[in-house]
Parts: sequence; C-alpha cells; structure tokens
Amino acid sequence: MKLVEDNLRKHTFTHLDALESESIHIMREVAAECKNPALLFSGGKDSIVMLRLAEKAFRPARFPFPLVHIDTEHNFPEVIECRDKLARDLGERLIVRSLEDSIARGSIVIKDESKPRNPFQSVTLLETIAEFGFDACLGGARRDEEKARAKERIFSFRDEFGQWDPKNQRPELWDTYNTRVHAGENIRVFPISNWTEMDIWEYIGREKLHIPNIYFAHEREVIRRSGNVIPVSHLVQPKPGEKVEIATVRFRTVGDMTCTAPVESTARTVEEIIEETATTRITERGATRMDDQTSDASMELRKKEGYF
Amino acid sequence: MSNTTQLLRFITAGSVDDGKSTLIGRLLHDSKSIFEDQFSAISKTSEKRGMAAVDLSLLTDGLQAEREQGITIDVAYRYFATPKRKFIIGDTPGHEQYTRNMVTAASTANLVVILVDARKGVLTQTRRHSFLASLVGVPHVVLAVNKMDMVDYSQARFNEIVAEYKVFAAQLGLHDVHCIPLSALNGDMVVDRGVNLGWYTGPALLELLEKVEIDHDVNTSDFRFPVQWVCRPQTGEYHDFRGFAGRIEAGEVSVGDEITILPSGRTTTVKEIVTFDGKLQTAFAPQSVTLTLADEIDISRGDMFVKTDAHVPKVEKEFEATLCWLSETPLEKHRKYLVKHTTRTAKALFSRLDYRVDVNTLEQHAAEKLHMNDIARVAIKTQQPLVFDSYEIDRATGSFIVIDEATNNTVAAGMIA
Repeated sequence: MKLVEDNLRKHTFTHLDALESESIHIMREVAAECKNPALLFSGGKDSIVMLRLAEKAFRPARFPFPLVHIDTEHNFPEVIECRDKLARDLGERLIVRSLEDSIARGSIVIKDESKPRNPFQSVTLLETIAEFGFDACLGGARRDEEKARAKERIFSFRDEFGQWDPKNQRPELWDTYNTRVHAGENIRVFPISNWTEMDIWEYIGREKLHIPNIYFAHEREVIRRSGNVIPVSHLVQPKPGEKVEIATVRFRTVGDMTCTAPVESTARTVEEIIEETATTRITERGATRMDDQTSDASMELRKKEGYF
Repeated sequence: MSNTTQLLRFITAGSVDDGKSTLIGRLLHDSKSIFEDQFSAISKTSEKRGMAAVDLSLLTDGLQAEREQGITIDVAYRYFATPKRKFIIGDTPGHEQYTRNMVTAASTANLVVILVDARKGVLTQTRRHSFLASLVGVPHVVLAVNKMDMVDYSQARFNEIVAEYKVFAAQLGLHDVHCIPLSALNGDMVVDRGVNLGWYTGPALLELLEKVEIDHDVNTSDFRFPVQWVCRPQTGEYHDFRGFAGRIEAGEVSVGDEITILPSGRTTTVKEIVTFDGKLQTAFAPQSVTLTLADEIDISRGDMFVKTDAHVPKVEKEFEATLCWLSETPLEKHRKYLVKHTTRTAKALFSRLDYRVDVNTLEQHAAEKLHMNDIARVAIKTQQPLVFDSYEIDRATGSFIVIDEATNNTVAAGMIA
C-alpha cells in the first residue's frame, strides 16, 4: 500500500516540489561550505518562505545561521510583529540592526524623513556584515521580480565594498556552486531565485504559512498621489488639497511604508490571492514599488552599490 | 494553477538576426505572460525608436550596462507558466564569443530551441549550438525554422532545411530532435497555429514545450546520494540523532536498502528517510532528504551513498574529461587548480591536454594552452579520489567545475567520459 502511495507521489513531483528541493540543496551548500553565514529575514512573504525552507533543510537541528533583519524603521508594524513572532516560535536567534544606528554613527545622513529609506539599507547591511564577519548572506530575492535580478547568479559574489559587477559574474553550471571567497568579501545567496510570485503564494497556501495580515484585503486610509495609492501613516500625511479615503486594499509586497503602495483588492484568503495573482495584469514591483519607477535601471544601480 | 504542473527548463540559441528575442517575446506575449506595465514600457520605447508595431524583442532587453554597449552580456532567466507546465527560459546571447554562456545555461536545461533563419538555413553557428547542446547533454532539441514568412511559408524550403539538419544531428548523437516551421514576427506556430502553415501537422512550439516527456531526463535507475551536510542536533530527544542530508541525484532509495559508502567501501542499511514533513518509505531523485543508517560509520561531506547490489560508480584519482574553458585567464598546464565535483572539492592537476575542438568544424587541434570558450579533451589527476559516473550516464555525478584558487573564480566546466 505504502509503495503505491510512493509511486503516486513520484508521478506527481510538481514544480513546487522541484523548486523546494533546489532551494533546500542551496541552503545546505551554504551551511556546509561557508564559515559564517546569515539569513536575511524581513518578515515579508518571501523571507517567510525562506524560513520554512530552512526548517526543511536543517530540522531536527537548529539553523546553522542566525536570522538578520536590517530595519529601516519605516516598516509596517504588522510585519515587525510577524517577524518577532516567527523567530520566537522557531526558537532561532534574530539579530536586528537599525538604520537609526547608522544615522547615529553618521554613516547615513537623512535629509527628508518622509522619503524612502531603501537606498540607505545597503549601508547598514554592509556595516552589519562587517560587525559579525558574515561571509554569506542568504536572501529571498527572486529573478522574476526585476530585470537586474534576472541576470544575477544564485551565488552572487560581492567585493569588499559589497558591490555587484554584472559583467563579471562567476559562471554557474549545473547545481555545482562555487562558494569560495577571500577574507573581507562575501556572497549573497538567493535560494528562491527561480520562484515566481505565484509559486510563493502557492507554497504559502500549501505549507499553511503564517504571514502578516496586511497581505490580505483590509480597509485602510489612503491618499492618491501621482497615480499611486499611498497608505496614510505617521510618515505619510496628506498634503494640502489631498483627500484621505478609506479603501479596501492589500499589499503585494511589504517594504518601506513611504514607498510601498497597496493594490485595491477583496482577496481575504490565500486561495483568493492566488486567483488574483493569476489574473493580474501588472507586475509585482510595478504595482507596488514607487522607488523602482524612478528609473528603468533603479534596481541595477542599487545592486551595484551593495543593495540586496 | 493545478497542483500537478511540472517544471521544464529550456534555453534558446540563435543570433539576434534569427529573431530569438522576438520569439521569446512572442512566446511570453501570446501565452499572456506579459504584464501591462511591461507592455506599456516597450510600447513607449518602440514608439520612441520610430517603429510601426510594438517590438516584442524589447521584452528581453536587459541591463543599462548592456544597452549602453548594445550587447547582451549574460544569461538572463525568464519565467512563464501555462496550466500544464511552469517554464524557466535561459536566454543566452548568440555572439561568437559566448560559448561559455550557452554551456552555462544548457547545463540545467531539459530542452534547447535552436533557431535558424528559413532564408539562410543551417549555418556554422547552428552547428556550433547543436554541438554544444550535445556536449552538455541537453536531452531534447527543437530546431525552430523561423522567418517562414520570408520564404512564402514554403514547405519545400522547410523540408530541405530539416533534411540537412537531421543528418548533422545524427552525427552528433542528438536523439530527440523536433523541427517546427514558424514565424515569430507574425506568431505562426509559436503559441497559436496561425493560418499560414496549414501543411504542417506537428505541434506548435508551446504545445511541444508542454508535451515533451521529461520524466527520464534524470537517471532513474542508479541510486546516487552525495552527502552534503551532516545533521547532528545534539539536543533533547535528538541527542543521538546523526542524519546525512543531501539530494538524491539519481535513482531511488527505500528504508532497509543495503548501501555502500564511497570511497571507503563500507556497507550498511538505510534505517530512516527523514524529512520535515515526516518519514518516508521511499525517496527518489531529485528529492532533498536526510538519511539515517543502521550502523555508526565515520561519514562526512563529500562521501557518496550508492546501492550495494547495483551498478556502482568509479572511484579514481585520475580521469578523462571534456572541458569548456570559461575564464579570460588561460589554462596553465603546470598550475594546480581545485575541482568541485558533487559535494567534494579536491586539488587537481591537468596531466594531459589531448586536443582542442574547433566548435565550428569539429576538427581537433593540438593545444598547449586553453583560452576562454575553448572546448578540449583533457586528463585530470586529483589529490583525493572522486566518486563519479560518465556524464552520459549521469549529468550530476559526471560533471564538475574547476576553480582557480588564486582568484576563486570558476574557470572551467568539465564532463567526465
């Protein structure tokens, strides 16, 4: 009987099973070959999937790396709550470093509090890497998000300044990854490179993962500014002439509160989100990230500077 | 999306002139994988450049660094899905000097689409791409005869090209070759069949991509399990737990199977197959699992488990391989390098450089050095034994990369035979 089940399973080894196995394999390579890795964890949906994959890769043992969050202090409170709950439930070590630390040190100078802080995240990330001497940082970036990502390796080598050189990437063949770095250099590793937004949602559904509730449709105060729906918060207040309205929205990505736009939606369950994702006509970042709309090459430029 | 969709990885080979970007753009567009914001961006660009229609090839336009130089510098990965399958496209540039990019993208592909221009037929680069596909062992080949609109959708012309190609493909030992006439520009036989190729009765490109049988693209018979990471929780109820984590690269394994640990040759039996989702009775390639064993044996990363009573791999310190040199720094015969093969990394020397293959003519030439994009036959000696199969039998246990210890760069890819 058992054998029949296994045979059945063999014939239904799905794309999600294939992606999952690939990601586990990548995480274990990092654990086995890197001296001092870390997993970058933000509390967003992609990094929550990363945590589940780490459980699959390493349990019953503890994770062979700490979780690290670079906090812009511009995050949605629901996301931070979820970040802390998940780390606690898993019993894993969470290191939080804040942009405020870098601001206090003088390595980041903020001119306008209401502007997105994403461009500065790289500074605190590089400082944190130096503080702990991390030689590899696992991150939940995906190649379908953006065209600079589409050309990045799974093991993405960075120089001493954390810079990515798209023209000088190590060839990556089969599943044989070159994890070697010299002292002071590090590697960013993206185990879910080959996952799409849809795969993430299907996996969240299949694994019944706990995610911040702002991913689901809810009522929220928003203002409309140059074609974007912007959530009202302590960081974003209406300008004279702007009208605050209540809209039913959900977030497709959760980032900096000043530049993450929700989409109008009534999807209140993972199944409904999957349905919506299947029929949406706008890309994830196009719909939700105002900082990526500024230039065709915004992400490419940020990555070259050490951004994730 | 159903829960039983399979994943197919394919690459496209051909030059810009063959309409490769247009073909990918057409595939994405007609399968409704293009989003409105992407489409409006390329519409704007097309207009700016004074084009009459939206140029779908702009969808695969890459980085600023590339646009400035008017080239495609690397492999880009793209994703789309139909209700039947999920697809990963490895988009490789067709320039002469980019053998390394095609080899890189082909190494993980189930299928390669080789484009030819119906007016030009089989060219030197078609032969080169086909040779590389055979070298890297891509299981399925599609010859896409594009620009059929430029030859009045002539069946005779298509047949002529197919006849010539099939002779060549047979010489290379390419087994599963499909030929499709199409027009990426007009969308004939890409996703939709169109009205211009009524004489062609085979599948359109997307239909073929959805249907081609890929279950046997991995070796399903000879169990191969390179130990990747040793799981020792050393706490509470798992105090004595010692599991060997890794991915099954070929075949399958069941609880109770007798296995041999290589290179030591010790034998034991599989006690449990552990996963986060519970214990399994049987596991198969390419699952990532953790195995526990009946006996306490000294085992570490780099060892390989195989079934005792089956075809066993070779355990040797010297082997021959076909090498693709990937680095701008040439191979120096007298230097030591590192070879990473499955989960084992060993110091290595090139004991012989037999010959270099001209990828255009397939002629062999004597070689003292190897330069970027060179394909060569070599013999390698390693400090420790490697546990391997020939690449033809198993892509996972027959392949390796070469790393330059001074720069840590990946400088070559090798296939054992």
